[in-house]
Amino acid sequence: MTTVEETTQTPVPEGHVRLTIDGREVIAPKGELIIRTAEREGIEIPRFCDHPLLDPAAACRQCLVEVEMNGRAMPKPQPACAITISDGMVVHTQHGSEVARKAQEGVMELLLINHPLDCPICDKGGECPLQNQALRHGRAESRFRDQKRTFTKPIEVSKQVLLDRERCVLCQRCTRFSAEIAGDPFIELLERGAHQQIGTAKTADAEGWGAVTPQGQPYQSYFSGNAIQICPVGALTSAAYRFRSRPFDLVSAPSVCEHCSSGCAERTDFRRGKVMRKLAGEDPEVNEEWICDKGRFAFRYVTADDRITRPLVRENGKLREASWTEALRIAADRLAEARDNGGVGVLPGGRLTVEDAYAYAKFARISLHTNDIDFRARPHSAEELDFLTTNVLGTTPEDGVTFTGLERANTVLCVALEPEEEAPAVFLRLRKAARKAGTKVVHIGQFSTPAVDKTFGTLLACIPGEETNAVLGLREHAADVYAQLGEGGVILLGERAAEVPGLLSTVAGLARETGAQLAWIPRRAGERGALEAGALPTLLPGGRRVDDTEARAEVAAAWGLEALPELAGKDASAILTAAANGKLHGLVLGGVDPDDLPNPELAREALARAEFVVSLELRRTAVTEYADVVLPVAAAVEKSGTYLNWEGRPRPFDIAIENTGILSDCRVLDTLAVEMDTDLFTQTPQAALADLDRLGTVEPPVAQPGWTIEFEGEGPPKSPLRHGKARLATWHRLLDNGSLQDNEPHLAQTARETVVKLSTATAQGIGVGAGDPVVVSTHQGRIELPAEIADLPDGVVWLPANSGPSTVRASLGVGHGDLVDVRAGGGE
Amino acid sequence: MTEPVTDPLTPVLTKRWTEPDAWSIETYRRLGGYTALPKALRASPEQLVALVKDSGLRGRGGAGFPAGVKWSFMPKDEDKPHYLVVNADEGEPGTCKDIPLMMADPHSLIEGCVIAAYAMRSHRCFIYVRGEALHCYRRLHNAVREAHAAGFLGENVLGTGFDIEITVHAGAGAYICGEETALLDSLEGRRGQPRLKPPFPAAAGLYAQPTTVNNVETIASVPFIVNAGSAWFKRMGREKSPGPKIFSLSGHVEKPGQYEAPMGTTLRQLLDLAGGMKDGIPLKFWTPGGSSTPMFTAEHLDVPLDFEGAVEAGSILGTTALQIFNETVSVPWAVMKWTQFYEHESCGKCTPCREGTFWLAKVLERMVDGHGTEEDIDTMLDVCDNIFGRSFCALGDGAVSPIQSGIKYFRDEFLALCEQNKAERELAGARA
Repeated sequence: MTTVEETTQTPVPEGHVRLTIDGREVIAPKGELIIRTAEREGIEIPRFCDHPLLDPAAACRQCLVEVEMNGRAMPKPQPACAITISDGMVVHTQHGSEVARKAQEGVMELLLINHPLDCPICDKGGECPLQNQALRHGRAESRFRDQKRTFTKPIEVSKQVLLDRERCVLCQRCTRFSAEIAGDPFIELLERGAHQQIGTAKTADAEGWGAVTPQGQPYQSYFSGNAIQICPVGALTSAAYRFRSRPFDLVSAPSVCEHCSSGCAERTDFRRGKVMRKLAGEDPEVNEEWICDKGRFAFRYVTADDRITRPLVRENGKLREASWTEALRIAADRLAEARDNGGVGVLPGGRLTVEDAYAYAKFARISLHTNDIDFRARPHSAEELDFLTTNVLGTTPEDGVTFTGLERANTVLCVALEPEEEAPAVFLRLRKAARKAGTKVVHIGQFSTPAVDKTFGTLLACIPGEETNAVLGLREHAADVYAQLGEGGVILLGERAAEVPGLLSTVAGLARETGAQLAWIPRRAGERGALEAGALPTLLPGGRRVDDTEARAEVAAAWGLEALPELAGKDASAILTAAANGKLHGLVLGGVDPDDLPNPELAREALARAEFVVSLELRRTAVTEYADVVLPVAAAVEKSGTYLNWEGRPRPFDIAIENTGILSDCRVLDTLAVEMDTDLFTQTPQAALADLDRLGTVEPPVAQPGWTIEFEGEGPPKSPLRHGKARLATWHRLLDNGSLQDNEPHLAQTARETVVKLSTATAQGIGVGAGDPVVVSTHQGRIELPAEIADLPDGVVWLPANSGPSTVRASLGVGHGDLVDVRAGGGE
Repeated sequence: MTEPVTDPLTPVLTKRWTEPDAWSIETYRRLGGYTALPKALRASPEQLVALVKDSGLRGRGGAGFPAGVKWSFMPKDEDKPHYLVVNADEGEPGTCKDIPLMMADPHSLIEGCVIAAYAMRSHRCFIYVRGEALHCYRRLHNAVREAHAAGFLGENVLGTGFDIEITVHAGAGAYICGEETALLDSLEGRRGQPRLKPPFPAAAGLYAQPTTVNNVETIASVPFIVNAGSAWFKRMGREKSPGPKIFSLSGHVEKPGQYEAPMGTTLRQLLDLAGGMKDGIPLKFWTPGGSSTPMFTAEHLDVPLDFEGAVEAGSILGTTALQIFNETVSVPWAVMKWTQFYEHESCGKCTPCREGTFWLAKVLERMVDGHGTEEDIDTMLDVCDNIFGRSFCALGDGAVSPIQSGIKYFRDEFLALCEQNKAERELAGARA
């Protein structure tokens, strides 16, 4: 060991240590693992089981190095992935130590004796850590002369995840990911020695070990794709990508997930104009290195057979392909006519980029002279509009709740939000916060969902629709939670809060009262951006209020107009009512499904009654059935743009698949506007964003007491389940009938079982047991599903909002908190 | 220092074994049992730790870590529950000392547990018994019941206010669960695989609470030390490895069995006690402490069998399970059998042990089958080198001991197998 002169040493900053790696003096933060410090210094130590976001395992033994501590060499080589650095430590890696080099080479040879070396037919070939590190650190030839251990070729870990046990090096990254990060059990090590393997209760059954493992429980996870991505060999493959392409044939583009409001970083890999796969991108501030299976696998909707690539116009009741010139001419003329006769309403939908939403907002005001625009293609309320304006608008990661902020919160209260189903990245952060930082997670909901368990959370169960009372009762009935909210607490609200009268105002009041931070987590990727872009009846872009004369004038001036429409517009429901009553003559719709709207029947009536309907769509939908002109628009991978995630963090992405000839909404609207003799200046997303930026944002209005609707409690909850009536709880599951998941059969098979959930007492009340059919009905229709007993309050039933046959809005015409009839099924 | 005891036999732990109904609480009490407990409970925990430290008692499970030092790692406060776990998962090939002790004299272990628990401020002790030893498991359960009824277990032991419960738990048949952290995982109901250390059990062991894991023989020695004092204990054995030790002799000896003798006794002395080699056939090789300890030969008859003596002679003391083989036994065959055991028992957690034992077993099977080559011998030694000190726990180190030491002392036998193969192949070549 060389002694460095004390006087020449650079001082070690607080919380750091000085050590030597391969003769190089390094100052690094205390507590760091050797492998990390070395990597930062450019010294790459080979590894398999190590992963920066997983707890150390030291199982593969590939990263062995020699370590001296306190001037004494440790007798055995040490795993660099599990030893934390300390002051005066001397590390010799494979570059400086023959012992380390031989140890690594030895482990590599051992890893390969039972590996099939079938790289030429392996999906991982070309991007395989085993292949790469074997070439760099392994022997040229194996000395193994005997017969390799063999297994039956791939077995199903789930319908999406396949396991080739022969290729597995048993690093346990997949099992540790599932246990630590996702919290999903039922993927574990089975057997021992050379027969050790990854498996599930199901694979154990298949191997005839059913007697010694819990039977039948499958591996079910919304995050299983991450296990595939972090597998350092080709052992785990996805049913969706298996044998589809070689990594070196793919072109990669960084992208942002279009499925929820988290805005996860992704990498899109495509070949010859087709997306082959999506991988999790790395963004420590947002999704770290994880994405959900929907974000990873649901992308083939883009290449669905019913994709619209040419404009369509209706002629003699049928849609026919038309040229852009013809379609735009017709759309422009007829929209102008409808505008002048009774007005046109705009429903852009909740999945737009900021740029596209801005184009809709501007198109409504400039070309259609109206504030009748609302992006909320879901249950909504005036109270929500007020809440969004005063509590959400303008918040940014600098001043609002963030993903990383959740880890610092002492308590997080989820209200009307099912994070695992609605914003999986938020769920992962909550779990991490609870696991690593001891954050207390409290859910106001109806039953102990998996997310409640996996966030080590507490459930405050309430009758659906009575969440407001539950929040009002916190101070009295959950005084500890109430107190903790005041000491660095965070409240998260989901989209269904809008379905519960008074809830949003009450929660806003609770936040003000306790000083807790508040965040609204919509389900769809475009909602937060559309809010800022002014795609609402009372809001102009940049947070300006329609009823603010000055703000209106400012926007009018920026847009080169004399004035903007003064009257506050109608919200989505009012737009549809007006259209259905013949008061609005035209409708312009983006990605909207009538069945998502509060009243699907009304929506269909409106579409049927409106004189003229323009639809900007990807594929044939319920809306295009009624549309007079359909203008094709680009999917997320075919355009550039920016999502604003729930934190208010811009998530810009570039075009992945170029030259498809399909235009983004902002470009289509810009051209349509030109046909109507107006200029939007949104020819490209860049132009649209520049235009929006020039406009700038105003200070968000400060929420003042009395400014929001103060909710007065309705007293104790109404008695449930009388005369066969129950309160309905319902929300969307991550994997359901959503059209963006179309064309993905493997993904669909990993969805959770479609059941009706109810309490033991409720089930007994209607004479059913677990698994028996139950009918939930309203005057409009019925849904029959097997019963699952859960810890719901009595007199409450839960249905998935849009899973399989459980299409709540479309079939029953009701939503969360409404009354439904419940009885035993199977009769007729 | 008092004169060391040089008697070949020192029946301490085994002194009650031959009594009728030795396992009953009556016999135990009649022969001085449960007399150490009241003394211990009058002392302070610190005094007991100091006493055991001073006695020089070293762990009897194989590693020889000073028991008193281990106890002293336990926190002094009782913010968290403390656990004492007794490792009774005796599974090392050739080892047969804990099971006979628990069969013949279970109360000495129970009395030791209560004293040790008191010394470590623990109120809950677990005895993890090898699953296959069902008879032993039953006997311990019965002994715990008896001790409970007599007031030596439970609440307010002997009116001192000290509470202690003992849970006897059966393993599920995995050698790895003799490794203390794998044992803890198994005891928690998980898959038994060794844990990454730190944290060490004294900081976060069973259920992440402060825990000490001790071998049966270690704990059973404690009441004797409490009764007779550390000076008495140190009179037996050698300076750094004091006390009596149960040596289990198996294989080609006239009278196999357990012989309790002071630490440092030699095989020559033990063979005398055991009536010499069976049928007078000369000794060829033997293990000092189970198959995980490098083998010895007839040259090592006078090696003092204590922790230092065994190491100086190139092996380790291990569990003092002496497996004795005469000249009729083929070393490569014996080594193959042992290696198959390790291959079967490797838990699979780490690469070197999982893959290495698989590879070594394959080579040895082939070699014994007459299809080995000289190159295989060097390959095996190099693979052993890549396992030893590279695996996650000591199982890997133990697995290579028979091979390394076997080739060291009997390379010719391995070579002969390969020569035979070579000759046969040449012959086959000539015929063709």
